[in-house]
Amino acid sequence: MPAPTPQTLQRQQVLVLYLQTSALDSLVVGWSQYDGSGETLHMAGDSDEPPYATGLDALRDGWRLLQISPLLPHASGDELRTGYLKYEYVFEKLVQVEHSHAH
Amino acid sequence: MHTETAPVLLNTAQMATFAARGFIRLDAVVPPHINAQFLADVAPPQTSAAPSTQRITKHYARIMRDSTIPLVNPGTPLKTAYPPASAIAQMLRLPYIRGAINSLVGTDAVVDHHFLHITFPPAYHRGARHAQTSQPTHQDSTIDPRQAFDVQLFYFPQAVTAAMGGTRFVPGSHLRIVSEAALARYQNIRGQQHVVCPAGTVLFFHMGLWHGGGLNQSEDLRYLFKIRLCPTARQCRLWDTTDQPLSTGARPIFWTDGATQADHLFSILTHPEPWYEADTSRLEFINRIKFWRYLSGDETFDADYWLTRIENEFK
Repeated sequence: MPAPTPQTLQRQQVLVLYLQTSALDSLVVGWSQYDGSGETLHMAGDSDEPPYATGLDALRDGWRLLQISPLLPHASGDELRTGYLKYEYVFEKLVQVEHSHAH
Repeated sequence: MHTETAPVLLNTAQMATFAARGFIRLDAVVPPHINAQFLADVAPPQTSAAPSTQRITKHYARIMRDSTIPLVNPGTPLKTAYPPASAIAQMLRLPYIRGAINSLVGTDAVVDHHFLHITFPPAYHRGARHAQTSQPTHQDSTIDPRQAFDVQLFYFPQAVTAAMGGTRFVPGSHLRIVSEAALARYQNIRGQQHVVCPAGTVLFFHMGLWHGGGLNQSEDLRYLFKIRLCPTARQCRLWDTTDQPLSTGARPIFWTDGATQADHLFSILTHPEPWYEADTSRLEFINRIKFWRYLSGDETFDADYWLTRIENEFK
């Protein structure tokens, strides 16, 4: 009897890039990663250099773009206020994991 | 009897840097004998018990029970908050520390709260349900749109190595109006700094500075004693203003002679951080200039025309 083939499952890896402008090919100024495969654990402060120079570089490496920040009008009286990082791009990759690695 | 040495106030360049970047760093400003006294008070006794997550709770409970760090009600004057012979009081009396406090929040500042932050090494996390992680990026307290500001004094009584996961912070983030842990999604920001420092280093953070505790991958416990200080009066020209004029005429912008003037007040206030968005960096300059108007009491102050341009309105 042949040995059973390990079952493979799909898991999502998420990359969040914060860019210098609303253009996808502008420079990365912030980044976060979440790995649903369990292969890596990312956390605050774990790297001082971004994984990609621009958002476009992430596309070229196979990341699929899921969401971009909308450009919103500035509320009257609040035009000069700064707050959260403005240009957020969310990407995903789907990776295969063996059943034994799945949670 | 305690000898009093005159406080060494911040100068205008230091104060402008604080206005622009949100922090002041004083390396090894606290002498070894004060650091040793502080650590002897809070460091764990030698024990043969294996480290564990339970020991983290017990460790804090012991320090809160046995150390000389006093219980302080919010609003207590800083001058009376600590026993005079304590390491904390001695640290606060140092000329550079007292000078920075007086420059930032005045001579009659009060204590909001204090806390001894301990970052535990991996051995204390073995067997825990969740992996040891760093503290997410956050802004302390809550949404705080004031121009008046509190400062947080961060005292590192021991040398902090990179492996010990010194406090991470984001220069120039202090004027952004955000809500505490809403920042947790931001794992890394270009230009973030990690406090790696000699023993006895003190940093002063504007209350709004984004920060988080690092991951301690060493074998030692890391200690950080924090005091949040609040002013009791308008913070206006509290520093030593003699090093450069607070009001100077305009200078050419964009089309210049190419000479760098890094120490010029305008240059300090308009130096961008590497993480600013292209457009919001200009808003940061504007908000820094507004902050400088508050600090200097000069409601007409401008740097490189950023506010004058948009105030050129006619009724």
